Amino acid sequence: MNTDIRDAPQPPLLGTGMFARLACVLIQPMLSRVVRRVALRHPSLFARLGSHQSTDFLIDPVDLPFALHLRPDPQALVFRAVPRDAALPAGASIRGRFMLLLELVDSEEDGDAAFFSRDLEITGDTEAVVRLRNALDDIDGSIATETAEMFGAPGRAILTRLRRSYSMKNRQQDTR
Amino acid sequence: MSLAELICPAGTPAALRTAVDAGADAVYCGFQDATNARNFPGLNFTPDELAAAVAYAHHAGTKVLLALNTYPPAGKVDLWRHAAYLGVRYGVDAFIVADMGVADYIRHTHPLARLHLSVQAAASSPEAIRYYCENFGVKRVVLPRILTIPEIRQIRTEIPCEIETFIFGNHGLMVEGRCSLTNYLTGQSTNMDGVCSPASDVQYVRDTDGSMSSRLAGFTIDRFGPEEMAGYPTICKGRYAAPNRPEGYYAFEEPISLNLSRLLPELIDAGVHAFKIEGRQRSKSYVRNVVTAFRHAVDDIRAGRATNMSDLVALTEGQKQTQGAFETKKWR
Repeated sequence: MNTDIRDAPQPPLLGTGMFARLACVLIQPMLSRVVRRVALRHPSLFARLGSHQSTDFLIDPVDLPFALHLRPDPQALVFRAVPRDAALPAGASIRGRFMLLLELVDSEEDGDAAFFSRDLEITGDTEAVVRLRNALDDIDGSIATETAEMFGAPGRAILTRLRRSYSMKNRQQDTR
Repeated sequence: MSLAELICPAGTPAALRTAVDAGADAVYCGFQDATNARNFPGLNFTPDELAAAVAYAHHAGTKVLLALNTYPPAGKVDLWRHAAYLGVRYGVDAFIVADMGVADYIRHTHPLARLHLSVQAAASSPEAIRYYCENFGVKRVVLPRILTIPEIRQIRTEIPCEIETFIFGNHGLMVEGRCSLTNYLTGQSTNMDGVCSPASDVQYVRDTDGSMSSRLAGFTIDRFGPEEMAGYPTICKGRYAAPNRPEGYYAFEEPISLNLSRLLPELIDAGVHAFKIEGRQRSKSYVRNVVTAFRHAVDDIRAGRATNMSDLVALTEGQKQTQGAFETKKWR
């Protein structure tokens, strides 16, 4: 990869203001559905989180107009889109391009390698991030695919297109 | 020609299944406690998970090696003894041990159990290795990464056990198992509390110019420029200023990974029985890519074919790789 995340296409209005708020409102029903589904299908991931079930994670896909707030508490799950200028202080933050983050969730990419190449930034409580990474890494199958399946053929088509585009960009960068 | 078994890491049950499916001859793993040297938050196996993992691996013809490779504090050995009991009960194929007390206990309590000597024991001379073989029945030694191939070949002729060498991953050259740098800085055990950098003590700080500082227990141990590849926040691979090097430099070791893909035929010829891939703390993606690449390489060598290994540099620390002492002691 070796691409500076600062070179990522900037989202409209840098993820703040009216556009970001509108995007958050539109995306929220899908996020709530996705996180409930993942928790239902993969309950074992909570054990690996240990005490960090109550940690607030800020997941910041730099090329999207909003960030994501995750609190992986099985009793009170939180997964919501937030405008960057309205994000509350988080226990840990994870920052990178959207498709990299998605591929990390699915273990299609290696988190340490993304860290070495500076494509992934971590700040805050490192132990919380390590626990989240290990919990997600112990899941068999693809959370991205499961999510796409929830939306039928259009969901599958969007995911395929995103992955194809991501893979093409990586190949182009590797050959430079 | 030796069998050149491929020994692969697994930090989670899913990673173990990934390693087995990618062609590992054996997978090494540990419990979620201080009995192994990769006691990371959220990593490793519960007893039930280990039982299921052994069944999965054995069904595929893959062995499972249980790492009990830390040094128990004096008088507090129950955790290690119980782990050995569970390992025997679940049918693991060998225990990887470092502490003489643990080795002695297993030898006398579970005489049929096979013992491998961990790199944590830092046994690098024929005399040291023979001592473990003769007194504890050790069947294989994992050699420290400080020996040249001619030295390994010579050792092989002087010891009564098999040799396992690391071929990929962390390039740690310290006397493993006895390093006290982490203890000094964090007050936590290098061995038992999450290896060199307990995650609870690690902090990354992003500076306004795009640089990133890595800190351990409040001490800045490296600072990476905006365009610079990063490494792990380990003390021995930090950059320090010294009286004659005020700009800061890698005083002990560098952030770099071992990759012996080009030396595999020579290692086999020297009598190495097993190749170890480091990285129980790494992801399934790492396990899948590295195990698959080395599986093909070893199979090609066994079949007398030319090897054409895929590029693994993206998975290496700091995106740099070395053949280290295996090629020459002047490797730096």
